[in-house]
Amino acid sequence: MTKKILEIKELKREFIMGSETVHALRGISFDVNAGEFVTIMGSSGSGKTTLLNILGCLDKPSIGNYFLDGVDVKSLSRDELAQLRNHKIGFVFQAYNLLPRTTALEDVELPLLYNKEISAADRRDRAIRALEAVKLADRHDHTPSQLSGGQQQRVAIARALVNEPVMILADEATGNLDSRTSYEIMALMQELNTKQGKTIVFVTHEPDIASFSGRTIQLRDGIIQKDSKNENMRSAKEVLAGLPVTEDY
Amino acid sequence: MSLINLIRIALKALQRNKLRAFLTMLGIIIGVGSVIAMVAIGQGSKQSIHDQLSNMGTNMITVQPSSNINGGVRIAGSSFQTLTIKDIVALKAGAQYITEVSPAVTSRGQAINGALNWPTTMSGVAPEYLDIRKLTLKDGIAFTQEDVLTSAKVCLIGQTVITNLFPNGENPIGKVIRFGRIPFQIIGTLSPKGFNAFGQDQDDLLIAPYTTVQKRILATIYYSNIYASAASEAVTDQAVTEMTQILRDSHRLRANEDNDFTVRTQQELIATLSSTSGLLTVLLTVVAGISLVIGGIGIMNIMYVSVTERTKEIGLRMSIGARGKDILMQFLMEAVIISITGGVIGVFLGFVSTQVVTLTLGWPTIISESSVVLSFVVCAITGIFFGYYPAQKASRLDPIEALRYE
Repeated sequence: MTKKILEIKELKREFIMGSETVHALRGISFDVNAGEFVTIMGSSGSGKTTLLNILGCLDKPSIGNYFLDGVDVKSLSRDELAQLRNHKIGFVFQAYNLLPRTTALEDVELPLLYNKEISAADRRDRAIRALEAVKLADRHDHTPSQLSGGQQQRVAIARALVNEPVMILADEATGNLDSRTSYEIMALMQELNTKQGKTIVFVTHEPDIASFSGRTIQLRDGIIQKDSKNENMRSAKEVLAGLPVTEDY
Repeated sequence: MSLINLIRIALKALQRNKLRAFLTMLGIIIGVGSVIAMVAIGQGSKQSIHDQLSNMGTNMITVQPSSNINGGVRIAGSSFQTLTIKDIVALKAGAQYITEVSPAVTSRGQAINGALNWPTTMSGVAPEYLDIRKLTLKDGIAFTQEDVLTSAKVCLIGQTVITNLFPNGENPIGKVIRFGRIPFQIIGTLSPKGFNAFGQDQDDLLIAPYTTVQKRILATIYYSNIYASAASEAVTDQAVTEMTQILRDSHRLRANEDNDFTVRTQQELIATLSSTSGLLTVLLTVVAGISLVIGGIGIMNIMYVSVTERTKEIGLRMSIGARGKDILMQFLMEAVIISITGGVIGVFLGFVSTQVVTLTLGWPTIISESSVVLSFVVCAITGIFFGYYPAQKASRLDPIEALRYE
């Protein structure tokens, strides 16, 4: 039986804005198995961001349960949530969020600095391997300003990989990139998913990007509108090969 | 999070903005530097006053006739004649806390060597006086008890008098000069002592046996002063009490009568002057302390700006697993590193500027260990104190909002 990485049961999230209560999520249930590549789609206001925050253990549900790798998130304190993020989740953001004036290697090492079980030598090894995994082995000493957008996002992916998380959580990770670089990132994601068996949850609003995943969850007004398997998953590598060759990298 | 990781994170964060870190440090650097330099100057002047007085003999005790009332009229102490040979004998016999005692009489007059003359003071004293006053001979010999007994017409001569009476550099020893009408043979020259703290020339004097001055010049049996040495500085107070009692007995004063003499110690003088320059030290320290506080406020200010500016970074750190505590410690560590590094540079600057003051202005300075330790500790505390509030603000940020912050 495949292991369930995410188990979400009747999840609701409400915000109190002054005198009004906003129902961002109105009852969502779904599971994600290990090794799945899921995209979560939805227009703005669909509760996509709220769901992402909860999945990323940055926020907790008002009602309902969320189990991440068997851990009930709802019962955890702020500090325990931080530790859970450190051990089990790798974030990739739209704006890369690399530290300015910091080399790629140092940036990738960052999550491991908050894990005291990892020694300095181990930390360096793992950061180097993570950078190799995103094909940036020759860019260790480059700072964000010396890297292209796609390269920066790959450093961010390496940073998300370095702590060997159970799930990579990407938030509009291709949102700031042109289509060619987007495909490159998606190709990398697909490779991590198929070759290394990483579970990936990818939040996007572009159907084009969603077509690279094995499953799409469509959100609308705080409920799941559609949860469908993508039978003919496109290969980003092939799409990339089909694009006209351009001069710039 | 381990301390090493914490320091590593804080150092990297500071490295990303070196100029700002340095500018923030500047307040602390100047604060610490000025504390050390100012305290060094204060301590130096205090010490130099102390040294100057020590040179006069800090364990020296002086007895003067005191003012008294004679039929309702107060009479100045110096013209009051109470100190006699009886007192010296009593002191020598009865006092345990004093080691040496010497009477003194003084006479102002004209010293004459042939065609040259010079107005000066002749002190008539016992041989012990040289020890009590810490006077040394440059040349020749001192007079002895024998000379005192015979009222010998011999004297020791101070450098200022030599300069004025023997301007051509001839050796004064063995020469006969006159003081008033009395011829004195010079048997020794005194080492120069220079001017004292009050601007008096300590080399403008002649020293002769007190009997000689009493009998041949002043025609008196009274002394103008008695000088004594306490066994050590520590027992000066006991010595004063003891001498007072002996002199009261010797003067046959009844219990209800006031002393007709005053016993003074140098310690009183030292205490007065030390407290004056101690006040100076306090003032300088306060001024420097204020600049440290301003430096601390500078740190707080910059850390605040830094927290706001780095909100997104804080959000990221939280999302990859930094706890509120980790963020708090990071910013606190940054503040402490800034203040301690500033402190180290400040100590160095303090040393350098103290040297500069000594070399250029010639002021005496003493760098006290306590001021270095104190300003260092204050620095660390300043860092923690002023760094805490911004750090706490950073640690309480909501990671979701921090990540979205633009």
